[in-house]
Amino acid sequence: MPANRFNNFTDYGIGIGLRATHYDHILTRKPVVDWFEIISENFMIDSGRPLEILDRIMEQYRVVQHGVSMYFGSADKIDREHLRRLKALVKRTKTPWLSDHLCWGSVDGRYTHDLLPMPYTFEAAKVTAQKVREVRDFLEVPVVVENVSSYAEFHMSEMTEWEFLNEVVERADCGILLDVNNIYVSSQNHSFDPNAYVNSIPAERVAQIHIAGHSKYRKYILDTHDHPVIDPVWKLYDRAIQRVGHTATLLEWDDSIPSFDEVHDEALKANKFLASSALATAV
Amino acid sequence: MKLLTLQRRMARAVMTPLTNSEHMRNRSPKGRSMRAEAASFIKPNDRLTSFERLEIYNRQYWFRIFSALSEDFVGLRAVLGDRGFDALSKAYLRDCPSTSFTLRNLGAKLEGWLRKHPRFVGNRHKLAIDMTRLEWADIDAFDGQAVTALKTEDLAGANPATLRLRLQPYIHLLDLRYPVDDLLLAIKGKDQEDEDFASNAFAEKRRRKRVAAVARLKPANIFLVVHRVDGWVYFRRIEREEFAILTALRAGKTLERAIAGGFRGSATPVEERAQNVSQWFHNWAALGWFGLSDKLI
Repeated sequence: MPANRFNNFTDYGIGIGLRATHYDHILTRKPVVDWFEIISENFMIDSGRPLEILDRIMEQYRVVQHGVSMYFGSADKIDREHLRRLKALVKRTKTPWLSDHLCWGSVDGRYTHDLLPMPYTFEAAKVTAQKVREVRDFLEVPVVVENVSSYAEFHMSEMTEWEFLNEVVERADCGILLDVNNIYVSSQNHSFDPNAYVNSIPAERVAQIHIAGHSKYRKYILDTHDHPVIDPVWKLYDRAIQRVGHTATLLEWDDSIPSFDEVHDEALKANKFLASSALATAV
Repeated sequence: MKLLTLQRRMARAVMTPLTNSEHMRNRSPKGRSMRAEAASFIKPNDRLTSFERLEIYNRQYWFRIFSALSEDFVGLRAVLGDRGFDALSKAYLRDCPSTSFTLRNLGAKLEGWLRKHPRFVGNRHKLAIDMTRLEWADIDAFDGQAVTALKTEDLAGANPATLRLRLQPYIHLLDLRYPVDDLLLAIKGKDQEDEDFASNAFAEKRRRKRVAAVARLKPANIFLVVHRVDGWVYFRRIEREEFAILTALRAGKTLERAIAGGFRGSATPVEERAQNVSQWFHNWAALGWFGLSDKLI
């Protein structure tokens, strides 16, 4: 199930997030990396060095766009200026698919710059799905939504998070960026079985998987992307791969970023699970 | 509760300033109990109350935007000191929350806000304004819009009486009172060195001394262009007449009128002006400061 209409029938392997601290290493050493995920907002600019660097990287590598501020779940209307800039970048990168989060973060034109959790209601699912459709139609590229980590739940929720995710992607007919670390973090914060989540997702809609590290506090876990992936998350990843097959996988490391090789080596650990999945399929 | 109502209530809580000990306030600005407010829409769990769960987002919001503003305005932080800058940031971000999808624009309104709220910068108001303008120009010049640079042949046959030149949109022209360009470069350079060698206390002391020395200077006119070459931002000081000509060109004046206005009241001898203008245009063109305009002639 690696290539599907939600990742534009591609079969990408293991990638890592493109971060400024690694630019020199990438441009001078030219390491072998299957693909890079870029944060769209870092390049939604008029001109300048970030775009020049991106162009140089795209001469040698494949990139996929990942956004952090589309806020599909915000009740606000879509920011047209945001969409216009995003489309310009999509044309530049020729990203095979584009992802952003199943969350909200702005209201009445004010931005929190956070990935705030959704209330799991039918009204919210309808609003969110409509926005996903609008964005996809405007950008003319497959759009996939990522489940976020959360630290709060709402009284008004009418379903579980995974039921909400299913409701949105069915209504929007879009793909999923399955973040197994986020599932783990939320499962610990809200006391649910993370396997129940992974087992419930529509496997045929998974376009990409995220893995990452997090920080554990006394009463909750924060999704900090500043540590290696822990074993329970690898186990969850293994379960996800068993369900969805060999899928484009990306390691996120956004804070206290170590050397390029350390980040890449951590990402490549996913190979063990992808290989066993391939073996199982062959048998 | 409707989606929009929930989002408005949660955003209001998340964007409410923290206490001095960086926790969520017990009361909203309107006096409502934040515990009651949180409990009205957020579930508690076996480890955290509704208030504590909401507080995670409240703290994340302020830590994130404080950090973004601090990174963008290291010079202003040095001018005001850590406590002064923190107080200013809190007030500014409360009055001017982000209205852009990118944190890059967080400080876009800071200069205007500072002019209306001089009490946050005490007797260093003009120095703080100069530094704020420079740091915003630095941000904007880094990734601001560029247009195709003008070539000499594009001007063939142009008439100075009707020719209008377009200055690159990313260029900022600043008339300053203090040498904040030198100060900012020193602060940034020293910050980098201090990361490697010195203690924080030592570095802070050295920054304070340097800022105090600049603040004691008698204000004088400094004309600065913030521009970029090969993707890197540079500060270039220019003559008053250069500044006046470039400002006039940006305002859409013809070349002839811009030059005439640039030398109004100038002490430069008339016989030297043509040579000066020629040299300036040579430099400006070499730096790619002019772009193609659809109404060039």
